[in-house]
Amino acid sequence: MGKGRRSYTINTPALSLTPPRSSADHSFSVSPPEFLKSHLKNDMLNAAVSEATPTAAQRRNSVAKQKSYDDLEHQLEATPLYVLISTYLNYFLLICFGHLRDILGKIFKRNDYKHLLNNEGYAPLVADFDSFYTRRLYIRIRDCWNRPITGVASRTVQLLERVSYDYNRTFSLTGKINETINFASYNYLGFAQSSGPCADAVEESINKLGTVTCSPRGEAGSSDIHTELERLTARFVGKEDAMIVSMGFATNSTTIPALVGKGCLIISDELNHASLIFGARLSGASVRVFQHNNMQNLRELLREVISQGQPRTHRPWKKILVVVEGLYSMEGTIVNLPELVVLKKEFKFYLYVDEAHSIGALGENGGGVCDFFGVDPADVDILMGTFTKSFGAAGGYIAGDKAVIDHLRLKNHAYQYAESISVPVAQQVITSTKIICGEDGTDDGRRRIKQLAENSLYFAARLRELGFIVYGDQGSPVVPLLLFNPAKIPAFSRELLRHGVAVCVVGYPATPIITSRARFCLSASHTKDDIDCALNIISEVGDRLLLKVSQSKNQ
Amino acid sequence: MVNTESSYTVDDNVRFINSTVNSVYELVALIPGSDIILNYLKESYQHDPFRVLLELFLVFFAIKYMLAKRYKPNDNSVKLTNKEIDELVEEWQPEPLVPSLTAYDRMNLEKTPVIIGPQSAKPKVAGHTKPLMNLATTNYINLVASEQIKDKAIKTLRNYGVGSCGPPGFYGTIDVHMDLEKDIAKFLGVDEAIIYAQGFSTISSVIPAFSKRGDLLVVDDGVNFAVQKGVQISRSNVRYFKHNDMEDLERVLEEIRVDDLVHKKRLTRRFIVTEGLFANHGDIAPLPKIIDLKFKYKYRLILDESQSIGVVGKRGAGLTDLYNVNAAEIDMIVGSMATTLCASGGFCAGSHEIVDHQRLSGQAYCFSASIPAMLAVSASEALKVIQEQPNLLTELQERVVSIRQTLKHKALDPLVEFSSPDIDSPAPFFHIRVKPTFLKLHLKDDETAVPREDEERLLQDVVDECAYQGVLITRAKYVAEQEKICPRPSIRIHATTGLTKKETEKAAGVVKAAITKVLGKWRR
Repeated sequence: MGKGRRSYTINTPALSLTPPRSSADHSFSVSPPEFLKSHLKNDMLNAAVSEATPTAAQRRNSVAKQKSYDDLEHQLEATPLYVLISTYLNYFLLICFGHLRDILGKIFKRNDYKHLLNNEGYAPLVADFDSFYTRRLYIRIRDCWNRPITGVASRTVQLLERVSYDYNRTFSLTGKINETINFASYNYLGFAQSSGPCADAVEESINKLGTVTCSPRGEAGSSDIHTELERLTARFVGKEDAMIVSMGFATNSTTIPALVGKGCLIISDELNHASLIFGARLSGASVRVFQHNNMQNLRELLREVISQGQPRTHRPWKKILVVVEGLYSMEGTIVNLPELVVLKKEFKFYLYVDEAHSIGALGENGGGVCDFFGVDPADVDILMGTFTKSFGAAGGYIAGDKAVIDHLRLKNHAYQYAESISVPVAQQVITSTKIICGEDGTDDGRRRIKQLAENSLYFAARLRELGFIVYGDQGSPVVPLLLFNPAKIPAFSRELLRHGVAVCVVGYPATPIITSRARFCLSASHTKDDIDCALNIISEVGDRLLLKVSQSKNQ
Repeated sequence: MVNTESSYTVDDNVRFINSTVNSVYELVALIPGSDIILNYLKESYQHDPFRVLLELFLVFFAIKYMLAKRYKPNDNSVKLTNKEIDELVEEWQPEPLVPSLTAYDRMNLEKTPVIIGPQSAKPKVAGHTKPLMNLATTNYINLVASEQIKDKAIKTLRNYGVGSCGPPGFYGTIDVHMDLEKDIAKFLGVDEAIIYAQGFSTISSVIPAFSKRGDLLVVDDGVNFAVQKGVQISRSNVRYFKHNDMEDLERVLEEIRVDDLVHKKRLTRRFIVTEGLFANHGDIAPLPKIIDLKFKYKYRLILDESQSIGVVGKRGAGLTDLYNVNAAEIDMIVGSMATTLCASGGFCAGSHEIVDHQRLSGQAYCFSASIPAMLAVSASEALKVIQEQPNLLTELQERVVSIRQTLKHKALDPLVEFSSPDIDSPAPFFHIRVKPTFLKLHLKDDETAVPREDEERLLQDVVDECAYQGVLITRAKYVAEQEKICPRPSIRIHATTGLTKKETEKAAGVVKAAITKVLGKWRR
């Protein structure tokens, strides 16, 4: 359960001031949050300040000043033994009861189990065994997911209250609306807004351009607003060219098959997102998996696969594509990009970084993980990202060299077959990107990036102080708090909701069976009061649920 | 002397072992209840040396098995020294990430039209000073121009913002999504519906949600790319039948039935997968016959209505409407809101059980942000428009018929053929393909068939000529090497009510003239 036993330390500011690499950079830097300043020596602060405005030349020759991953890594804390045992016992009991109820149900309530048996020559739609988890475990706590909302999911979110009279099989709305502080939406930079410059621009563009172009990009659905967005995106992430897709999931699942095929190898991090796995399976390439963010393991795997070649034939691989995510939203870990780039130079593989969560949310300029580490975007072959999160829109992009993007424009499935990105979405991204870059003439974007970084650091540090087991690297805007026992998943979620905090909880199968967790997504729109208020509630609920089990509290 | 000494040592050893065994025995005997087991063991072995042998043998194998190396199927890896690995790593040179563009690729990129300003029935296109008459988009009933939808979208923007910032599971289910789901279900006449964020990704996510490894899919071989990908990713067993050929479908189903009987196979989930209005062929599936067969052979039916929703049938409710079939008889109706409805996203409609299962198993539903509220509202509003103004569909039908009539001209007869030759076909679009006989007449000396590329270029010339004359049409675009059976190159013509009857006739005339002109000059 975890990478090692090294307890976490708060190192020098996670926002150490590396030379911005994305073209979005401006001479601005985020200073370390207040609570960290006291830990810092004066000279470090001075150094930080002097670095805060690097000259253009400094920026270009800055490889030596790269941030290294070790500085921000929080080793996953080992689970205390008694928690481990009680969690397994919990599941054991749940499963026993589930089976008992199944057995009794099949005898006494035959009608309720009809859909699981062969019925008039039809096989059941979902197999008995396959659906056991859903029927017996998930349904008990189903009210913690798919909670309907209304309005904008920004700093707060308005939940439509619902009740179930049949043990969570169906829900009905009561008509009441509860406003809660929102720690669940991927609204990192707070651009989910129904007013302000973005919404104004979107309204104007709908009036001028309508809503959609109702044709795939490749046929007659390309319009000048798409071209503008592609250019802007390319500039923002620091690549030659970019293409945009109308759905984040599809961006991965339709691009990977256009890059690799039979005779190629995809090396994938074990915790990669479903869309990457979907794409890898569609591509027909072989897939090997390496341990999450474990560069040593990746190196060994690379040595093995390159020397062995393709299975059976031993022919050399045509291409090797290493696919990683910038920020893993379930773990809060940030990819060890500097090390990956070193490996890339040694082993000549191609690198595909999915920045779904990191773009906008990491780096001094919001330029994603390259910006965060001070890695030259040219060292990454494909930069993928989505507009869903930081930009408050929808869809995704692929950025790379012009040749690569041109190839993708011809071979990417979504470009040739799927609907193009809609006008309001494109406009939202254009306006929000410009704000992030400071091209709107204000420092609003800077303020948001800074606010998010401060909020994330403060929140994670406070949770750790309180004694929770918290995963995630320094600077991650997603903060997973470990719950372990399956019964604590709904308890935590419902209790927090009762106190007015909306949070996502995740359990098996999305996480390993033992490490169920609650995930807090920080946002630039949260104020210090929001966070303190939430922390108080979390602390109180945590006391009652015996969640403060961290053993490294006093280290 | 030597003898006695050695016997003495042996004796000593025996005595040592004996004492050890004895003390262990005494220890074991101390455990309460152990004497029952010991007695049992003693008795069972006393008269049965064979049993002792057998059990020793088993123990030996168990140990051997545990110590053995893990068995890997197909493992034929070569043992290499570190130095060899270093050399191999050093030597390995990958292919470039992407191949360099060919002249044909570049042509494809350059010729993709770019709309300047809003999409409409007469959009401005880069490189042309005058607006072109648009026969290239799915804007069939001109919903892109609907002020009603625009107003509703802006109103939604002011209430809900743009993005939903989360997947449906994590506070991404907005009330307008639930409204749209209800609207769709009501429109189609089914229990429930679920919406996905992109039309294209819907079906390729729906199929694998139900059909797993070992299940069986019987698929029309003319289905569109998204369905093909769904079939591929499900890893189920797949049988294809000839496009829209019901006899062939019955043959395949019968073969499977016989095969199951002969091999006494376990009953697995079985699905027939087909498309309502085929994107690649422009023809319509004979739904009643398929439903008969599905009930006869006990299959479930997955019907992709991406192209037909909103246009086919009296109410525009797709194939079930056209054939007057109860929609509940089709297990899953999958459709797109990006085609006729001029919004974005897709849906799957069916029974409560079908829809509910996808909320946890539909990959593109679970792992993707939900569709922006304003696009969901646009789709709801579009459904309303279709229901309130059924005359739009009859108007559209008139436009298609008039285009078909114009192009059915004798002069075009030796040159091109149409995907749906029936003039009254309810399909709002059709493909134009160059006739094989025409191609044969124009073979070069060393050719046995005209290369696909040349045919595409020829059609592109027609498209360019049309644009020059003021009509926007498009070739059907494919990722040719990944299509299962890539359809022959074609131009796809879409009718729209955004153009008046007169304009439509004029546009069709332009297309006709362009075909005659370009094909007449080709390879002369």
